[in-house]
Amino acid sequence: MAENISPKTIIKPENLVHKRSSVLTDKTMHYCPGCGHGTAHNVLAEVIDEMDIQQDTIGVTPVGCSVLMYNYLDLDMQEAAHGRAPALATAIKRLLPEKYVFTYQGDGDLAAIGTAETIHSCNRGENILIIFINNGIYGMTGGQMAPTTLEGMRSSTSPYGRDTQMMGNPLKMTDIVATLPGTYYVTRQSVHKPANVRKTRKAIRKAFEYQKLNKGTCFIEIVSNCPSGWKMTPVESNKWMEENMFPFYPLGDFKVPEDK
Amino acid sequence: MKGNEAIAEAAIRAGTDGYFGYPITPQSEVLEYLMAEKPHERTGMVVLQAESEVAAINMVYGGAGCGKKIMTSSSSPGISLKQEGITYIAGAELPCLILNVVRGGPGLGTIQPAQSDYFQATKGGGHGDYHLIVLAPSSVQEMADFVELAYDLAFKYRNPAMILSDGAIGQMMEKVWLKPQKERSKEAPEWATTGKTPDRERNIITSLDLDSNQQEQFNVKLQDKYREMKEKEVRYEEFQCDDAEYLLVAYGTSARVCQKAIQLAREEGIKAGLLRPITLFPFPTKEIRQMADQVKGMLSVEMSAGQMVEDVRLAVNGKVPVEHFGRMGGIVTNAEEVVESLKTKIIGG
Repeated sequence: MAENISPKTIIKPENLVHKRSSVLTDKTMHYCPGCGHGTAHNVLAEVIDEMDIQQDTIGVTPVGCSVLMYNYLDLDMQEAAHGRAPALATAIKRLLPEKYVFTYQGDGDLAAIGTAETIHSCNRGENILIIFINNGIYGMTGGQMAPTTLEGMRSSTSPYGRDTQMMGNPLKMTDIVATLPGTYYVTRQSVHKPANVRKTRKAIRKAFEYQKLNKGTCFIEIVSNCPSGWKMTPVESNKWMEENMFPFYPLGDFKVPEDK
Repeated sequence: MKGNEAIAEAAIRAGTDGYFGYPITPQSEVLEYLMAEKPHERTGMVVLQAESEVAAINMVYGGAGCGKKIMTSSSSPGISLKQEGITYIAGAELPCLILNVVRGGPGLGTIQPAQSDYFQATKGGGHGDYHLIVLAPSSVQEMADFVELAYDLAFKYRNPAMILSDGAIGQMMEKVWLKPQKERSKEAPEWATTGKTPDRERNIITSLDLDSNQQEQFNVKLQDKYREMKEKEVRYEEFQCDDAEYLLVAYGTSARVCQKAIQLAREEGIKAGLLRPITLFPFPTKEIRQMADQVKGMLSVEMSAGQMVEDVRLAVNGKVPVEHFGRMGGIVTNAEEVVESLKTKIIGG
């Protein structure tokens, strides 16, 4: 059957199964080949597109690899200081309660320098969505140890592997925020396979729906890869992630609303 | 009213959209007053006690980025914590109001009044080449009045403004006349992040530019802005300067003490006058330089080891002697000491 589909047939409008989200700009992303950030951005853009909330959405970007995210999404955005995105988002949402507000933060930003802002925003139950990209490493600064770096995992500041006796333990922020009364929906997903991408898209959609209902903080962790920081090919990094990251950071829902 | 209460009430009446703070002595009354007054019921103003000064100033950043009138307040150690956010706000060219009710330092220091944060307030405070607009009230009335002035200047120049007060002005009670309630603005400036509508490009609030040439251009633009402030926004007050042979330069609480000192000095036949800078940035450099043609010497009176004195000396540029007198560690200078210092350091010296 496949041989019957000619390029001319494929480009017919009725055969269109997927199009580029209009929320994405034309700017070429700076991310390394195989990195999950691009997919995560894309999924977020698609949800904003499908909910038709572009003009009602304000994003807050972190310091880290996704610091330039505001170049890729056609949204009003604010670039926060390292770790402070939830503080900015708190104020934006409280001052513009009818808008959709999200932060997009890496593990260094959210789980190290921004721990206080993260926990207190979640504890206050700010009506925001926090998207947390966890790849267990500081990508932008060149592969240093992150708060989420696994035990024994090598990085440029744990060159012999993370020694938890000396360097402390990897931090499970998602588990922590799920225990706080202010969070409404807490989940951990990934974007390394089409099925996972679909689940992440669904989670983001749900989070924005809950935000509309003023339900409290929604927190979505996306376990991701860092081929450059991990010094692997994209394919190797995804395999390594499945074999090493997922056992410690298992995917799935941590807190789901009871009144579904 | 207490100075801290007056500024809180003035903030509500000036149409402030949001206040984000964290308790610290001697300015906790600002947050306490706002919480007790329920401004969300009066005007819809958002008031939130943050988890830290760091979070509070970054809430200010977020709110200011939405084009709102946003305020925070703290005292010296807390203001040090806020410096990260303040430099981002200056770098992103956002207006906001920051109140510093100064206490003695360094470190945890003391909770008593001081003026030892002058350098931090006027020279930038955080990293990078930037300045705040700095207003120095010397009465409870000015604590209230400067709220609107600070907002006007902050929005005019898209630059953070600081009211640099001290523990004495914050805690003292005086009669104060408050302006009537102003409505909160319903319109947002065109640069504000309020959600991208199809009729305009997206608005991005950032202080980042990885291109050095562009970053330099941005810095040049900031410097142009500060130059314009120096030309147009200098505010000061003169007290008995017409026939003065000696000039005291002082702001805030010290300026009040100096008024008394001038009275004492004149009783002894010493013709002293006072120039009180109201804007510490931009500093009344030209005006002080002109006074150097008239007087025989100047004494900068500050509750610090001598910080503003450097700006006075720069203005005078060696024309007449300029010395400093001040107490530190939370001790308020008294008028007799000032006269004594004027005699020994300037007249006798």
